[in-house]
Amino acid sequence: MEKKNWPLWEVFIRSRQGLHHKHAGSLHAADEQMAIENARDVYTRRNEGISIWVVESKHIHASSPAESEALFDPANDKVYRHPTFYDIPDEIKHM
Amino acid sequence: MADITALEAHFQNTIDQEIKIEPKDWMPDAYRKTLIRQISQHAHSEIVGMLPEGNWITRAPSLRRKVALLAKVQDEAGHGLYLYSACETLGVERNELVEQLHDGRAKYSSIFNYPTLTWADIGVIGWLVDGAAIMNQVPLCRCSYGPYARAMVRVCKEESFHQRQGYEILLTLSKGTEAQRRMLQDAVNRWWWPSLMMFGPNDADSPHTAQSMKWKIKRFTNDELRQKFVDVCVDQAKLLNVTLPDPDLKWNEERGHYDFGEINWDEFWQVVKGHGPCNKERIDTRRRAHEEGAWVREAAMAFAEKQARRRAEESSQVA
Ligand SMILES: [Fe+2]
Ligand SMILES: [Fe+2]
Repeated sequence: MEKKNWPLWEVFIRSRQGLHHKHAGSLHAADEQMAIENARDVYTRRNEGISIWVVESKHIHASSPAESEALFDPANDKVYRHPTFYDIPDEIKHM
Repeated sequence: MADITALEAHFQNTIDQEIKIEPKDWMPDAYRKTLIRQISQHAHSEIVGMLPEGNWITRAPSLRRKVALLAKVQDEAGHGLYLYSACETLGVERNELVEQLHDGRAKYSSIFNYPTLTWADIGVIGWLVDGAAIMNQVPLCRCSYGPYARAMVRVCKEESFHQRQGYEILLTLSKGTEAQRRMLQDAVNRWWWPSLMMFGPNDADSPHTAQSMKWKIKRFTNDELRQKFVDVCVDQAKLLNVTLPDPDLKWNEERGHYDFGEINWDEFWQVVKGHGPCNKERIDTRRRAHEEGAWVREAAMAFAEKQARRRAEESSQVA
């Protein structure tokens, strides 16, 4: 019996040595090996990558936009976490 | 439950500030439906669009032309896949989209219902059809829906090679024999008007445009994009020494644009409704490919499940 769809995978590509893997998109594949092979054909036809991660989409847990205030607003008023918050005389160099 | 009016106001405000809408954000049903229709139609066009060009891969006149055409057609498959994956973020499943294409509920660009009769058609498709697609797609890179906009950025980066490879084919023909030049002119004659139809009905007959512009899915109207396209094509045609098959085509000093003749909208609607020269053949081909591939999809899934079972058994023995 044919399953409706092959599982959905999220694809992350490292474009150059020294950079993070970055989300590129998604695709369907029967298993992780095929997901990597398909990702290579779909997302790296022009040297866009040197390394691929695939994660089955159902394993990704995301924060919800509804909780974004609770999660991220507290950082808004913590200006003292930034270097510009501190008054240092102009003649001080290398700081 | 939050008040719908407040949600809608917040949504429109986000869009007015040019902030992207992402999959998990609240959005009006009509926005979601509009996007599913537009993105899936776009994806289907990329997929069906492989067929007219695929028709010439085995008959490309040189190895150089053949690798280029193969790479282009493969790109179009990629475009279809980026777009399906963007569409699926809106909560619709891939098999549902494919079914809609196969049973005729979903449309694709009517340009792909015309046949590719000669090698010159491959050049003209790159020049005019990809050219028109680029006109449409560049503004979509700024579409308010994040996944669609990001897919379009990728697509647009790849399109310019498509157009240039087509134009190069035509330049070669234009410097060729008398027969080759005739073949070039004939292809332009057949593809010019259908290419102009790619921008869709006139603004006056396009009732959804206003809403799509308000939602910043669309940035320009059909007629604005069509005019831009005509304006750039005229010079490109001159260099190929071809005439565009429109006696009304002439520079309008006052408007700063080229005037052009009336599109045959009867033909456009005929083709949209399924009565173009290749509608049936295109959908039959897609359906057949899908049905004949069913055993491969099943076998791959069965194999993946078996491998997973084996791994589970092995790890339980080790433990
Ligand atoms: Fe494309
Ligand atoms: Fe293209």
